[in-house]
Amino acid sequence: MAHRRSRIRSRIKKSHFYTFRCLRPKTLDDQCPHVINGPGYTRIVHCNNPHLHLTTKLLRYRSNYVSTTRYNMLTFLPKCLYEQFHRVANFYFLVAAILSVFPLSPFNKWSMIAPLVFVVGLSMGKEALEDWRRFMQDVEVNSRKACVHLGSGEFGRRAWRKIRVGDVVRVDKDEFFPADLLLLSSSYDDGICYVETMNLDGETNLKVKRCLDATLALEKDESFKSFSGVIKCEDPNPNLYTFVGNLECDGQVYPLDPNQILLRDSKLRNTSYIYGVVVFTGHDTKVMQNSTKSPSKRSSIEKRMDYIIYTLFALLLFVSFISSLGFAVMTKLLMADWWYLRPDKPESLTNPTNPLYAWVVHLITALLLYGYLIPISLYVSIELVKVLQASFINQDLQLYDSESGTPAQARTSNLNEELGQVDTILSDKTGTLTCNQMDFLKCSIAGTSYGVRASEVELAAAKQMAMDLEEQGDEITNLPMRTQRYTRTSSEVELETVITASDEKDRKQTTGIKGFSFEDNRLMGDNWVNEPNPDDVLMFFRILAVCHTAIPEVDEDSGKCSYEAESPDEVAFLVAAREFGFEFTKRTQTSVFIAERFSPSGQPVDREYKVLNLLDFTSKRKRMSAIIRDEEGQILLLCKGADSIIFDRLSQKGKEYLGATSKHLNEYGEAGLRTLALGYRKLDEAEYSAWNTEFHKAKTSVGADRDELLEKVSDMMEKELILVGATAVEDKLQKGVPQCIDNLAQAGLKIWVLTGDKMETAINIGYACSLLRQGMKQISISFANLEESSQNSEAAAKESILMQITNASQMIKIEKDPHAAFALIIDGKTLTYALKDDVKYQFLALAVICASVICCRVSPKQKALITRLAKEGTGKTTLAIGDGANDVGMIQEADIGVGISGVEGMQAVMASDFSIAQFRFLERLLVVHGHWCYKRIAQMICYFFYKNIAFGLTLFYFEAFTGFSGQSIFNDSYLLLFNVVLTSLPVISLGVFEQDVPSDVCLEFPALYQQGPKNLFFDWYRILGWMGNGVYASIVIFTLNLGIFHVQSFRSDGQTADMNAMGTAMFTCIIWAVNVQIALTMSHFTWIQHVMIWGSIGAWYIFLALYGMLPPKLSGNIFHMLIEVLAPAPIFWLTTLLVIAATTLPYLFHISYQRSVNPLDHHIIQEIKHFRIDLEDERMWKREKSKAREKTKIGFTARVDAKIRQLRVKLQRKHSVLSVMSGTSSNDTTSNSQQT
Amino acid sequence: MMEVDGSNTSMNRAPPPPPQSSSLRSSRSKVLYQFKQQKLPACKPVLTPTSVITVFMLMGFVFIPIGFVTLRASRDAIEIVDRYDVECIPEEYRTNKLSYITDSSISKNCTRYLKVQKHMKAPIFIYYQLDNYYQNHRRYVKSRSDQQLLHGREYSHTSACEPEESSNDGLPIVPCGLIAWSMFNDTFTFAQLKVSRNNIAWKSDREHKFGKDVYPFNFQNGSLVGGAKLDPKVPLSDQEDFIVWMRAAALLSFRKLYGRIEEDLEPGSVVVVNLFNNYNTYSFSGQKKLILSTSSWLGGRNDFLGITYIVVGASSIVISIIFILLHLKNPRPYGDNSWNKKSLSS
Repeated sequence: MAHRRSRIRSRIKKSHFYTFRCLRPKTLDDQCPHVINGPGYTRIVHCNNPHLHLTTKLLRYRSNYVSTTRYNMLTFLPKCLYEQFHRVANFYFLVAAILSVFPLSPFNKWSMIAPLVFVVGLSMGKEALEDWRRFMQDVEVNSRKACVHLGSGEFGRRAWRKIRVGDVVRVDKDEFFPADLLLLSSSYDDGICYVETMNLDGETNLKVKRCLDATLALEKDESFKSFSGVIKCEDPNPNLYTFVGNLECDGQVYPLDPNQILLRDSKLRNTSYIYGVVVFTGHDTKVMQNSTKSPSKRSSIEKRMDYIIYTLFALLLFVSFISSLGFAVMTKLLMADWWYLRPDKPESLTNPTNPLYAWVVHLITALLLYGYLIPISLYVSIELVKVLQASFINQDLQLYDSESGTPAQARTSNLNEELGQVDTILSDKTGTLTCNQMDFLKCSIAGTSYGVRASEVELAAAKQMAMDLEEQGDEITNLPMRTQRYTRTSSEVELETVITASDEKDRKQTTGIKGFSFEDNRLMGDNWVNEPNPDDVLMFFRILAVCHTAIPEVDEDSGKCSYEAESPDEVAFLVAAREFGFEFTKRTQTSVFIAERFSPSGQPVDREYKVLNLLDFTSKRKRMSAIIRDEEGQILLLCKGADSIIFDRLSQKGKEYLGATSKHLNEYGEAGLRTLALGYRKLDEAEYSAWNTEFHKAKTSVGADRDELLEKVSDMMEKELILVGATAVEDKLQKGVPQCIDNLAQAGLKIWVLTGDKMETAINIGYACSLLRQGMKQISISFANLEESSQNSEAAAKESILMQITNASQMIKIEKDPHAAFALIIDGKTLTYALKDDVKYQFLALAVICASVICCRVSPKQKALITRLAKEGTGKTTLAIGDGANDVGMIQEADIGVGISGVEGMQAVMASDFSIAQFRFLERLLVVHGHWCYKRIAQMICYFFYKNIAFGLTLFYFEAFTGFSGQSIFNDSYLLLFNVVLTSLPVISLGVFEQDVPSDVCLEFPALYQQGPKNLFFDWYRILGWMGNGVYASIVIFTLNLGIFHVQSFRSDGQTADMNAMGTAMFTCIIWAVNVQIALTMSHFTWIQHVMIWGSIGAWYIFLALYGMLPPKLSGNIFHMLIEVLAPAPIFWLTTLLVIAATTLPYLFHISYQRSVNPLDHHIIQEIKHFRIDLEDERMWKREKSKAREKTKIGFTARVDAKIRQLRVKLQRKHSVLSVMSGTSSNDTTSNSQQT
Repeated sequence: MMEVDGSNTSMNRAPPPPPQSSSLRSSRSKVLYQFKQQKLPACKPVLTPTSVITVFMLMGFVFIPIGFVTLRASRDAIEIVDRYDVECIPEEYRTNKLSYITDSSISKNCTRYLKVQKHMKAPIFIYYQLDNYYQNHRRYVKSRSDQQLLHGREYSHTSACEPEESSNDGLPIVPCGLIAWSMFNDTFTFAQLKVSRNNIAWKSDREHKFGKDVYPFNFQNGSLVGGAKLDPKVPLSDQEDFIVWMRAAALLSFRKLYGRIEEDLEPGSVVVVNLFNNYNTYSFSGQKKLILSTSSWLGGRNDFLGITYIVVGASSIVISIIFILLHLKNPRPYGDNSWNKKSLSS
């Protein structure tokens, strides 16, 4: 209790700072006929009387218990088993296992059941584990404690799950709201509170909520002794930004709007405590209504694999059908003649009089026998390989963030290969691209630009230009005539581009102050006094320090101030002001206190500025002003706002610096900085008081047009400004984001930004990440009549949007310039219409042809909807990346969800498939791991099918020779070993270790990534090719062995080959052929692969020798097979050699031919690396590298290119002037420009 | 599909710093680091035109000579094949062979005269060959009991031997099963020639798979006699004919070793064979042949291996020539330039 009282001391009427927001709510919206009690608005909440909800059946709402689990104790087994056997392959294996129990099976039943149990058990175990984790998370959330009114003014802590509708709860600072609450009162006198809704919409700026005046008085625990009221409101729905309802209290009815609703999962900030009454609980809350069920995801390779399975299944059925038909026919027609089979004493199966029975039964036997075509070991191996691949991702040091100590984590491993096929990346902004930290980087004061740190674009453009020219210069050195010109050119270019990029060294020294990266000795360390216009500089700093709505928090240990403000921009300004010597230390109801380091006396002084009025920021006004009275009694209006707004309001004499400032603003904007212009106005007493009366009148007026009135009055004052300068704040991107986006763009990926932030912020970030650039045509889709749109004009709005979309598409279509790039910018409100069924495909079509897409102010649900649209509309793979709970929907919806770990809130990570610590790791995750995994899995699956076809068909051919009786030429142990031991390890090593090119080359040649999205390695051509290869191999192996071990003796001492000798020889050939085949498939041999491949072959001989040495009771027909029968026969070894050569010859020819005639990108890189050309000829390597980039219209490089083009055009113009003057023909210049 | 489970990830929480940080790291942990970072030293063979042409050339130059050598070896083996199943049936039974062969009252002996064309060096192997005989039928192959063959009557789990498991009176049959029951029973005697009928079965079979004290019992006593009878006084391990027969053949046509002629045969000489044509192949129109064959180091006469070797070798030479021409006509500068127009930027 004590600490609460101390908080109360600092009570400020915060609403004083807000002129336009959180004033008393509008009177009941008359235009919206209230449908309360109508359909959709049936909820009734008895405030402070939760027990009423228990007694009335209709009012018994869901509890606040939240469950995100997929199963419970009872449903786990049936549901999970259903899920498992829902998969085609598993179902097939289940049927096979069931059939194998009957004596018809050619194999031991356990060899069918055990692997199935293993695979299904593994998957189910994983499901159980995941669900258990979810459950534990739920338990944690549900048992969080909240302060609940227990009755008679007593509050006690109670678990979240026990909170009921109608409860009054108290939430303290930095706590989450346990349910959707109606705000009753707060620690501030005027009942406002700050809310962070990061988990809901990703916006990090604080939002202000304000309670009804009617409940303002309920500010103590005791006041709830007798409080009661009834809320009638809308039913649970997922709209975060709407709320319709009213509160009946003391016989009065008060309308409610979203301003009084505190949503679950948002957090109370900057406010000591609030009281609220629970309106929605548990799954009725808006955030839970927004959550979507997490779907189980499968990679597209896996989906295509299903089709291969179907194909093979068809093959299997066909083969079995033939086999059983053959059997039935032979049994019927010929069996009677085969006296040695005793047809007179037939088993039921071989009864010649009942061929139908034979047919049906034999079909089952055959299905099991040829089950080798669809091996369960494929699934086991793929699972294993994926887990190993995932552990490589987890182990990768280059995906390890040493700052936060978090490695990358593949949370599910079944999407590894999907990482290599991504087409579109949908990214969240805050926390993903940006750190949500503003850095004061540059400023322009009195027409002079300060701040030496160059933006990265400037630096790189200069560098690239210099390099290009150097190269060109090299190429034409043999033409001495031109050399001179180029030398001149490059110097000119440098002059133009390197504006302030004095030194790279500067960049490395960071000031170490959060929010402040400014560097310029002209202003730092009080040197500004010596600048030409110190008065303006002084005013600039004062505006920064005074014109804001933040409150300082003095750290008692260091005495330094930290600031809590609505937006991080303000914090950056205040930090900057502090660093410049104007430290904002204290705010009272009426004044702002600044400790000024600089003063005429040389001693720091505290100055008090009386704040007379604050005209705060709204997105419509785009400016804020403070009217202050300084210590000398001078009344000033200090204003900061968007440059266009400020420029319009300048007085004639205030435009002194306009030209220079706007030039600087353009530069800053181009560099991706957020800019604001600063101005002031001196007021005399009389003018102010006249205005203030009017303002006061407006403020206290009642009526719907109050806001308008206020705005008008404010407008009157905010004019005749004197421009002081402008600020440029960097919305600090996360480390390496621009480079990463650039590289991803060069890898051919599209990047869409979906953000809950304001449009301006989003556009700024677009610039900073090079998703937007100057010269890009921005297509902004919005609907103009925002105010007028009500229910009946919905159709009109839709039409208007459709129209804009069509126009934009038309515009792009007729665009001739190949370098033209378009950016699509759309906000959430418009999106609600654009995502409607009849418009969305047009919208998608437009979005796809635009180089970048930025969606702002989108709700979590819309993020998911856009993701779904992109996924289903284009049919391509999408990846969603985000960090907050508001990204969960899109992370779950996308083909691959990536969560950023290491920041607060684990919801995104929990829902994701992969988690990385930083956005920049995405590049390596996709371009290296994705690329590798895609090729590995694709090759592995292809090979697997090859191998099993090659093996399975030999069984079939032989069966045809045995009267389709189901006899296998191979010993049972061979069949068992084939997939488990003899061929599994090499293919696993292929799946785990194969690299077409090393990781650094993957990164240097981002275009290699396109092999994945283009699906070059798993298209039907390739799959069928491999299957064909398998069929060929089976035919070759079978016929050669048949021909060679025909009837004659195969040894010099006269013995002929029996079935086992022939089978063993054939099997040896198969083992060799498939293992040599995989060796030819691989391009990367470490000792592991060598051990696996040659070891597998060796293992076969060792097995054969050892097994043959066992007593005949165990080894059966294999007894002494190798040492006595086969090994001494030269023909055995010669056959092996021949078969290896014959089976691999066409494949070898194919790959050699493809490589020499249609080489793929990685082939060429392999060759370069092989011949070490990259070491000898660096320039060639560089050139190849630059060729290996996708032509891209976004990203850093594109921007640099655009800049270079622009400069070249400029240069060319100059040259043409020069050349005309010097009389040279203009051909030179044109040819130069063509070279570019 | 599979989660990388908790234990794995917790292990990964703190990956080791790169090895450069410490000079004391042993080579073993360096290998571990390289392994985890997928940077193990690797050999990356690249199919350059030279290597492709060389490989195919080399394959040709190795395979063709092997082909000729094996072909020659195959030709060294000299074979006399005599089909006797039709000839040994008296004219009057030729239209109804089945009644001839099933009628035990008719004498089945028959004499064949085999003319030697080329010099045949001892040992000359005597085979009989059956065609169109499903010795590989599943019902047939299954129908035996290896345990009984080794241990005799004391081994009683012989259900696999159905329907030749026991006689009608319930006594077990040794050796049981269809294979044994249907044993080949034509006999060949060679006048004036030294013929050995020993060592025709695999040594391991004789010593380990057929019991030395297992004697035929109740064999071929049923209502229907399949094939040969066995001397109940001779242990199975000594009945080599039987042992040879018990190894089921892989294909419909098969030869089985009958004996060896242990003296050379001169060209022009005639081998006289007295045979008893007992075995019924007529019901399923199977052929019976008697073969005398010498063997080379490679075995009997079969040109297939040699020809295939030559074909494979020749085709690899052809392929290498194709590549030479391809490379001469349209040389692709390796690792350069023809940076892919097709797959990229399309």
